[in-house]
Amino acid sequence: MSEYIIELDKLTKKFGDFTAVNEVSFSVRPGEIIGYLGPNGSGKTTTMRMLLGLLRPTFGSARVLGFDIERDSEQIRPLVGYMSQKFALYEDLTVLENMQFYAGVYGLGDSASRERINTVLELIGLTEHSRAMASDMSGGWRQRLALGIALVHQPRLLFLDEPTSGVDPSARREFWDLIYTLAEQGTTIFVSTHYMDEAEHCGRVGIMFRGRLMAMDTPDALKQTYLPGKAWDIDADDLLPALEALEQTPGITQAGLLGDRLHAITDGDAHDAASLQAALVERGVADAQVAEADPTLEDVFVALAGHGAAQE
Amino acid sequence: MRLLALIRKEFIQIIRDPRTLALTFAMPVIQLFLLGYAATNDVRNIALAVFDQDRSPASRELLDAYRAADYFRIDFDVDSEIEIRQLIDSGAARAGMVIPPDYSEQIAAGHTARVAFVIDGSDPTLAGTALSAATLIGQAQSTDIAVERLSRQGQLAAMDPAIEVRTQVWYNPDLVSAYYMIPALIGMILQFLTTILTSTAIVRERERGTIEQLIITPIRSWELMIGKLAPYVIVAFIDTIEILIAGILIFGVPINGSLPLLLLLSGLFLVSTLGIGLLISTISNTQQEAMLTSIFTMLPSIFLSGFFFPLAAMPQFLQWISYAIPLRYFLIVVRGIVLKGVGASALLPEIIALSVFAFIVMGVAAKRFHKRLD
Repeated sequence: MSEYIIELDKLTKKFGDFTAVNEVSFSVRPGEIIGYLGPNGSGKTTTMRMLLGLLRPTFGSARVLGFDIERDSEQIRPLVGYMSQKFALYEDLTVLENMQFYAGVYGLGDSASRERINTVLELIGLTEHSRAMASDMSGGWRQRLALGIALVHQPRLLFLDEPTSGVDPSARREFWDLIYTLAEQGTTIFVSTHYMDEAEHCGRVGIMFRGRLMAMDTPDALKQTYLPGKAWDIDADDLLPALEALEQTPGITQAGLLGDRLHAITDGDAHDAASLQAALVERGVADAQVAEADPTLEDVFVALAGHGAAQE
Repeated sequence: MRLLALIRKEFIQIIRDPRTLALTFAMPVIQLFLLGYAATNDVRNIALAVFDQDRSPASRELLDAYRAADYFRIDFDVDSEIEIRQLIDSGAARAGMVIPPDYSEQIAAGHTARVAFVIDGSDPTLAGTALSAATLIGQAQSTDIAVERLSRQGQLAAMDPAIEVRTQVWYNPDLVSAYYMIPALIGMILQFLTTILTSTAIVRERERGTIEQLIITPIRSWELMIGKLAPYVIVAFIDTIEILIAGILIFGVPINGSLPLLLLLSGLFLVSTLGIGLLISTISNTQQEAMLTSIFTMLPSIFLSGFFFPLAAMPQFLQWISYAIPLRYFLIVVRGIVLKGVGASALLPEIIALSVFAFIVMGVAAKRFHKRLD
């Protein structure tokens, strides 16, 4: 077996004329947490479904745990866990019954399954609620149960497809704590998301845009490589005129609203705080306050998406 | 192990849906009750309007003859032909009889008395029965009068009829429609239930997204298929027994043949209908779609299987189509066992046809039912 747990080689999926995944190649080492970032419809789910043998690639190939995804998908399945976007729970079964069903389907014997289910329930914090009906549970609980189901057979590799969509922020934070716990125990995690802040938690992040993998690296390396300039937070009383002024200032590569202030990226060493302030005053924004900020993955994404769109 | 887990889950789900469960077990009896009474070709008590212009003992004798056979019920005694027309137009009467004023005179004179009989032909089954009954009763009455005339002339020493046709009806001597329809209902209800239940049970997993989670487990395609079908086989068998018991208790249908053979061949038929359900599930994306497709397959099954209308009466090309309908064979099997009490050897062609059908349908369904999404 090679040193990689996942290896993609120009993996491509077309639906008719539409190319959902376009020659995506990357490799994942055991124990990594890989974030797969991109907007809805950028090909994240399709990539995952191909890796799980649910969809046949149009061309290109991939290996998961050393097995070819087309030929050996049945060998891959017992070794990987998958949490789909829809939280595939049986609404009319209880927490315990859902777990027992999947334990049975994965071929765990009675005593092994009882032990494993208890461990997993403990981990996801649903021991007290094992008799609750899935249909009665909140989004956060359903999410944790869906994770529990994906974990019941102790997979070495876990695919999570937008696991935190539709879940409140505190549940999201708890969920990421769980993911770290699993990673510490040696599980490799491949997680897709469209939340930029979540991607910061990952060891490496792949950025998908319109079916293509634009880049894949650690969050810091991505920022260094694709954002050679500096990031700035700008506060002003009237944000919209200030945004217009920013867009007219030379040396600014990106500018946009970020919460209650403006966020801008400058080209290389084009500006320091003083020169940016002066440029804004010159364009009629007298009260602007400029402060250097940390670049975010969103900045990286916007920069890459701009590249990607320009190339097309 | 994997298979047991799936079957167990399906049963929990069936039990957790009490409305569908109640429907599954109540529907056959309700349908049996409705169709057992409604699906009958036995025509009795046809409403008859009579315009008796003679009002003599002879005409009353004729009317008594019509009254005695329970085909007709003299509901209206009217005073004009126009009234007869109005009653038939409004549907209040289905037939009318006009007795001429000189009816008794003509008979007494030894001539032929002419009686008019009008029948509403809009319902052919009813009209057919009325036509033959009216003719027969009239002929019988005519013979009686002829015999009387001859005996009055002293010519009736020993007059035997030239031909006597002795009819004998086997298997269902009283020609009760229910005996014919109820065994057939077993077939129809089994097909309806199993096709709808299996097709929706699988499509439900697709609709809720659980099929994705299920496919990536190491469960085999055949385990998935059997696990999905087995619970409904059991449900269908309970329904079969239920219909048989209800048929015996409510309609007094005699089971002349072997019950084990009937159950065994019902099982063979079920493989076909479950296969159809499975096939529908592989082409449908929503439960609604699956339901509609199931109902769509039901109609040709009912009309081209000999359920209501005899196949022999259909145009040749429809008869050919009927060979592709498993219910056709099962109806012969079930009517044969229940009414005629025949054994497996008499049903061999049907058993072979059902086996071939089951094999093909299951084969195609299994081939289409693969563990992928595309």
